[in-house]
Amino acid sequence: MSSLRALAKLLKQLEDQLVVCMRCGLCQAVCPLFAETGREADVARGKLALLDGLAREIFENPKGVQDRLARCLLCGSCAANCPSGVKVLDIFIRARAILAGYLGLPPWKKVLFRRVLSKPELFNRILGWGAKFQGIFLKPVDDLLGSSCSRFLSPLLKGRHLRPLAKVPLHRQTPTLNTPPGASGLKVAFFVGCLIDKVFPQVGEAVLKVLERHGVGVYLPRGQACCGIPALSGGDTAAFKEMLNHNLDLFGAESWDYLITACATCASTIKKMWPLLAQEDGAAEQARISAVADRVLDVSQLLADQVGLAPGGPAGEGDKITITYHDPCHLKKSLGVTAQPRSLVRANPDYELTEMAKADWCCGCGGSFNLQHYEISSAIGRRKVENVLKSGAAAVATGCPACMLQLTDLLSRAGAKVRVRHAVEIYAEALRPSGGLE
Amino acid sequence: MVSRALVKEFQRILGKEQVFLEEIDRATYAYDAAVLEPVLPAVVLRPRSAEELGRVTALCHENGLPLTVRGAGTNLSGGSIPSSGGVVVLTTALNKILEINEADLFAVVQPGVVTARLMAAVEAKGLFYPPDPGSMAVCTLGGNVAENAGGLRGLKYGVTRDYVMGLTFFAASGETVKTGSRTVKCVSGYNLAALLVGSEGTLGVVSEIILKLIPLPPARRAMMATFDGVGKASETVAAIIAQRIVPATLEFLDNFTIRTVEDYSKAGLPVDAAALLLIEVDGHPAVVAEEAEKVEAICRQMGAARIHVARDAAERDRVWSARRSALPALAKLKPTCVLEDATVPRSKIPAMIQALEDISRKFALPIGTFGHAGDGNLHPTILTDRRDKKEWSRVEAAVDAIFEKALELGGTLSGEHGIGTAKSRFLEKEFGRGTILFSKKIKAAVDPHNILNPGKIIGE
Repeated sequence: MSSLRALAKLLKQLEDQLVVCMRCGLCQAVCPLFAETGREADVARGKLALLDGLAREIFENPKGVQDRLARCLLCGSCAANCPSGVKVLDIFIRARAILAGYLGLPPWKKVLFRRVLSKPELFNRILGWGAKFQGIFLKPVDDLLGSSCSRFLSPLLKGRHLRPLAKVPLHRQTPTLNTPPGASGLKVAFFVGCLIDKVFPQVGEAVLKVLERHGVGVYLPRGQACCGIPALSGGDTAAFKEMLNHNLDLFGAESWDYLITACATCASTIKKMWPLLAQEDGAAEQARISAVADRVLDVSQLLADQVGLAPGGPAGEGDKITITYHDPCHLKKSLGVTAQPRSLVRANPDYELTEMAKADWCCGCGGSFNLQHYEISSAIGRRKVENVLKSGAAAVATGCPACMLQLTDLLSRAGAKVRVRHAVEIYAEALRPSGGLE
Repeated sequence: MVSRALVKEFQRILGKEQVFLEEIDRATYAYDAAVLEPVLPAVVLRPRSAEELGRVTALCHENGLPLTVRGAGTNLSGGSIPSSGGVVVLTTALNKILEINEADLFAVVQPGVVTARLMAAVEAKGLFYPPDPGSMAVCTLGGNVAENAGGLRGLKYGVTRDYVMGLTFFAASGETVKTGSRTVKCVSGYNLAALLVGSEGTLGVVSEIILKLIPLPPARRAMMATFDGVGKASETVAAIIAQRIVPATLEFLDNFTIRTVEDYSKAGLPVDAAALLLIEVDGHPAVVAEEAEKVEAICRQMGAARIHVARDAAERDRVWSARRSALPALAKLKPTCVLEDATVPRSKIPAMIQALEDISRKFALPIGTFGHAGDGNLHPTILTDRRDKKEWSRVEAAVDAIFEKALELGGTLSGEHGIGTAKSRFLEKEFGRGTILFSKKIKAAVDPHNILNPGKIIGE
C-alpha cells in the first residue's frame, strides 16, 4: 500500500491538468476508438477519471489503469476538440511514463526501446537483414499498392497486407548530405524518420528532389535515431531521452533554418513531446531542445509557407487522376496543418483533388496501437477506407508514413485498386529540373 | 448488494462481455457532467435489445436493486450518477434509428441514438428535428426525453416534449407500456408520454421513441447586435416579439462573456458592449428576407450600437462562433465551471442579469452569463476551483442565491438541465409541499420498490 501511495503522489503531479476536465463528455463525438466500442474507459473522459481515481487513491489497480490507458491511438482528436482545453496527450504520455516506471516495462519493450530503437546503427543492421530475408515469409498480393501478406498462417502478422521493408533504405541510397542554401536562401535539416527510411524511401527521395529543385540547402546527417514516440507511448522515458540526446547532438552539429520531416508523427513528436519531456530538466537543456523543436516544419509547410510552390503548369495528355487526401491526426490535430499538403497535391496539374467525407477521421494506425490492438485498429481503418472508396478517387494522398502503412494494409485487404501516396511525392512528380512544374 | 447468482443471471441474459464487473470499469460510469462526487455502481449492464432491457429491469425490480439508465453521461444535474451499490444500464448499444417516415413525418428511434445523428439523418431527407441541446454531438435521445432537453431553438420550435409523439417503456416490474401513437392526433388513454418526458428515469425505462419531424426551413439569416445596456438588449427582444416575429434563435452574451470570448478567439467583438444578441430567423426565403430586415430595423430603433448581418454561410459561421465559444472560453479561465440554467420570464431578464451581477460581487466569484434570451433561459456560469474549499462554500451559497432570485422573479429552477440530485432540495420551494407529496405518491405507485433512479427530482 505504501508504494501505491507513492504512485498516487507521482500522479498528483498531473492533478492541475486532470482537474481541468469538466466531464462534459464531448470527446465521445470525436474519439475513433469510442466510435467502435462505445466504452467509457476507451474515451478520454473515462481515462482521465481513472487517473484521477488512482491519484486520489479511490481504487488500487494501477495495472488495470495502465491497460486501459494503452487502449488509445494518441491521435489527439479529443484534445483538439476539448472545450476546456485539457492537455490530454500531455497527461497520457506522462501518466504512461509514471505507470511504466511503477510497474516496470515488459522485457520485449525494454529490448526494443533501449537496445534497438536508441541504437540507430544496430536498428539499421537488423532491418537490413529483415529486408533481405522477408521474401521467405511474405508474398506480394497487390502490385499497385506494393503490399504483401504472410506466406503461411502467422500469429504475428495475422491477416495483414503489409508494405514490406524497402530493399534499399534511404540511409543506404543517400547516407549523408550537407549542401549550402541555393536560390531559396534557406538551409534545412532533414529528419527522415524510421518508416520513411526503411519502408517508404521513395518519399525521402521525393523530399530531397523537391528541396534541390527549390534551391534549399540540406543537412542530412548519418545515423539518425528514432524520434522517440514508440518509447514515449510505451512509457520508457529513459530510452526516449537516449534517442533525444542522440538526435540533438547530431542535428546540433550544423546550423540550419528549419528542421523538416515528411512524417506527421515525427514532426508532432519533435514539436510537442520533446519540450514536454524536458520540463523537469534545467533551463540549458530546455533551450537546447527548443532550438530544434521550435523550428520543426512539415515539408508541406516549408514548401507552401516559406519557399513558395512552383506555379502549376499545363496538364499532361489524357484524363486527370482523381486523388483524395487523408489528414493525418498528427498534422491536423497536433500541428494544425491542413491546407499546405493539399496545395502540394493541387500543384500537380495531372491530378484532381476530390475531398472525401471525414477526411480528418483517424485511420486507426496509432503506431504501436496497431500492433497491440489489430482488430480494433482495422475496424477504425475500415471507416476510413469506406470514405476513400466513396470519394471515387484512384489514389489517396496523405502526410504520414504510418497512415500510409495502415491505408495500404486496409485498401489491399479490401481489394481496392487505390494507390497510396505521400503529398510530397505527387508534388515531386510535377517538378521540372529547372524548378518549375513539368 | 448484487449477489453472485444475480451477476450470473445478468451474464446469462446479456452475455459476459456486456456485464462490467471490474471496479475500474465501473468507475468510469460513476459520474456525469454535473460537479458532484462520483458514486460507484455495483455493476454496469449493456443490453443490446429492447427485450434484454426489459428483462434486466424486471430483475432489478425483483431484487430491489437501484437502476440508473445512462446514455452519454452528459447530465448537468447528476441524473445519471447511480445509487451506491446500484446498477447502471447503458443504452449505448440500443442505438438504431428504426424508421424515418417521410409521408407521416415521424421517426422511430431507440434511446441510445445520438441526437446529432438523428438530426443529420433527417436533414438528408429535407426534414428537421429541432431540439438542439448544447451536447447534441454526443447526448442521446433517450437522455433528451428523460430530461426534456431544450436548446437554442426553444423559443420558436419548443423543446423535446413538443416532439415526443409516443413512447414504449418498461415499468419497473418489467411490463411493456405503450403511450401515444404514430398519428398527429391521439387521445387514447392517459397521456403517459407527458408524464415520462422529463421524469429523469424515475418512472420507467424507455425502449422506443416516436419523434415528430417537420420540414427543414429552406432559408435562414443570422445577425449580431451589440448594446451598451442589458436593458436595451432585453427591450429589443421584447420589441421583436411584439412585432410578431419569432426568431429561431435569440441568444444573449453578457459583458463578462463577451470579454472572455474576445480574449480567447480574437474575433473582433466589442469588449465594452454590455450585451450582445445573436439573432437568427429561418423559414421561406421571402419571409426570411423580410423578417431579417425588420429585425435589423428594430435593433437600430432600440439603440443597438452595432449590427452585423451575415451575408453568406461563412459570415453566419463567424457570427455563431462567438456563441459557440462562450462556454469553451469561460471554461478555460478556471479549473471548475458550474453551469446553471435558472430560467425567468423573458421580461425579467434585465432584473435577473442585475441580480447575477450583485451575486457575483457579493460572493466574490466571477460569473459569466450567456443563454437563450428568447425564452428567459440564462446560463450563469460560475468560474471556480472546487479544490479551494473556502471558495467552494461561496459557490454553493451563490447557487442558492441564484435559485432564490429566479423563483422570486416568477421563474423556475431549471430550464433544461433537470433537477437530478443537484437541485432536488429546492424543488419544494418552487412548487410547495403538496406537489412533492403528489409526485412521491405517483412514484411509489409505479415503482413500489423504489428502484428507478432513486433520489432524483423528489429526493429519497
